[in-house]
Amino acid sequence: MSVRTSSPAPRRAPADGVRAGDDVSSPALRRATEPAASAPSPGRGRRDWRKAVEIAVLVGPALVVFLSFVIFPVVMAGYYGFFRWKGYGPPTDFIGLQNYVTIFQDPTFHEALWHNVVIVVMSLVLQGPIALLLALLLNRPMRGQSAIRVLIFVPYVIAEVVVGTGWSLMLQSDGALNGLLERIGLGALAQDWLSNPALAIWTLLAIITWKYIGFAVILFLAGLQGIPQELTEAAQIDGASYWQIQRRITLPLLGPTLRIWAFLSIIGSLQLFDLVYIIWGQYIASTAGTSTMATYMVANGRNAGNYGYGNAVAVVLFLISLVVALVYQRYVLRRDTAGALTERSER
Amino acid sequence: MTASTIAIPQARRPRGNGRLPWGSPATYFGALVVVGLMLAPILYIIVGGFRTNAQITADPSGLPSPWVMKNYAEVLGSTTFWGEVANSTVAAVVTTIGVVALGLMASYVLARYRFRARGVLYAVFAAGLMFPMTVAITPLYLVVRNLGLMNSLGGLILPQIAFALPATIIILVPFLRAIPDEIEEAASIDGCSRLGFFWRMVVPLALPGVITVGILAFIASWNSYILPLFILNNESAFTLPLGVQAFASQYSVDTAKVLAFTSLSMIPALIFFSIFERRIVGGLTGAVKG
Repeated sequence: MSVRTSSPAPRRAPADGVRAGDDVSSPALRRATEPAASAPSPGRGRRDWRKAVEIAVLVGPALVVFLSFVIFPVVMAGYYGFFRWKGYGPPTDFIGLQNYVTIFQDPTFHEALWHNVVIVVMSLVLQGPIALLLALLLNRPMRGQSAIRVLIFVPYVIAEVVVGTGWSLMLQSDGALNGLLERIGLGALAQDWLSNPALAIWTLLAIITWKYIGFAVILFLAGLQGIPQELTEAAQIDGASYWQIQRRITLPLLGPTLRIWAFLSIIGSLQLFDLVYIIWGQYIASTAGTSTMATYMVANGRNAGNYGYGNAVAVVLFLISLVVALVYQRYVLRRDTAGALTERSER
Repeated sequence: MTASTIAIPQARRPRGNGRLPWGSPATYFGALVVVGLMLAPILYIIVGGFRTNAQITADPSGLPSPWVMKNYAEVLGSTTFWGEVANSTVAAVVTTIGVVALGLMASYVLARYRFRARGVLYAVFAAGLMFPMTVAITPLYLVVRNLGLMNSLGGLILPQIAFALPATIIILVPFLRAIPDEIEEAASIDGCSRLGFFWRMVVPLALPGVITVGILAFIASWNSYILPLFILNNESAFTLPLGVQAFASQYSVDTAKVLAFTSLSMIPALIFFSIFERRIVGGLTGAVKG
């Protein structure tokens, strides 16, 4: 352990100029050697000890809470996943990998997994370009831009429950959207937005885009503000058009932000639960074709009282997310995340 | 279009400041369409609360005629609603305080102490980003149940603090690292201990970051759904999101009242956000760059 604050006196090698066995009992000689000899050991030890206590006091509470409510449950899920267990008393019915075999043979799970894949891909495809265009639009200084930014961000701040309740009322077959279509003479387009299995996943994607695009826009705007103005000005002087500048300068420099956003979006899409569960509920979600791995987990785990099975699904969901995250980190984020998920080495 | 790109160094200015140029009409039109799409569903919820069920059935997409206050008045007069507001408020406030206190302390150590386990410790907290609460909810429920915290706000608050810590630490560490060493040295020459430095200098200097993580924690807690869904079975312990859902299924025929209840439940998060919008955006900027 090295002390960060440098000690005031430069440390000399202990007992500099005093050979072992020399008589150090003479007061003058002792006074001369004392600071050099004692500073590195007991004094530093006391500082180290004090620092260790400070570290323990400051980090301890956060670490205890984090380990007991984040890490410990995840570890326990791995353990419970090997049991057939209804959640009462300690699990005793050890069934090895049977839960996992069941998961991977269950067509309902396959569907849920497929829906997650669709949601991951389509979230990137839909939200990325739209959010980028909006961010470019809003990055120009003009009156009212901060008001526009705030308003675009509003859906992101509203609870999933509110969003889900509101949208499900609007999208019912006799709801506001169909009413509006009829009013403007497009009644032929009226659909059963929520329960038509061919349509429901697209409805879900539209709601997801609406809810989360504000976050992407804000992130991109933050990234755009970090791009030095001089570059665009230089390109302008060289005669580059607006779109050339965006394509050749802004987009590459926005790369790190885009990659971080894509990472957050992918992880979020794999975990999607609230909106589906609120709008479609646990039973209708699978018939409407909008179930996700997380709704599958809750429906077949806790709601069915099969806690061993639910934990096994949690492990599968976790491993899928982890593999995706690690692959993404390894191949996509490697260039820019030196500091995001791993300690930056040069610091 | 091109002229506007030259004129910028101050991109963010208070609204209504005369020095910002007007954008082109096409820009405003595009922005208007987007903002309209973003706000229409929210306005539908709010305005729908002022209609009667008869109006809604007759014309689902119409405006209130006449505007009725009955739905909002009934929701505001119900003890269920206020009980849920109180539960949500307590959970969100305590979660926010806990996240800020624990996160600031831990980030201070991770940012400004040198010790062997630091890298590992940071990695452990950062790894938490990959465990959103949804993944861990089944075992988390079992942990909370074994601790005897079912149907109590403590069972919400402790896990919420734990799951908010990774993002908090990742946002705060760059803020705390940015405090110049000279300030710390000056303080220590003046006889300030490291802990004294923490209270007197770090906390005030990190305030922008602290406000950002505080707001994010508050909104996350206010909106949180899956954890209350698992932990709270007792209606008297419900927070607003569960309350909205319970209300929506209980009064499923009373659409207007459901809309009123729903729109009232989103007000606090909206107020919080509109006050601190700049702080959130500023904090995210720091985090992305950091």
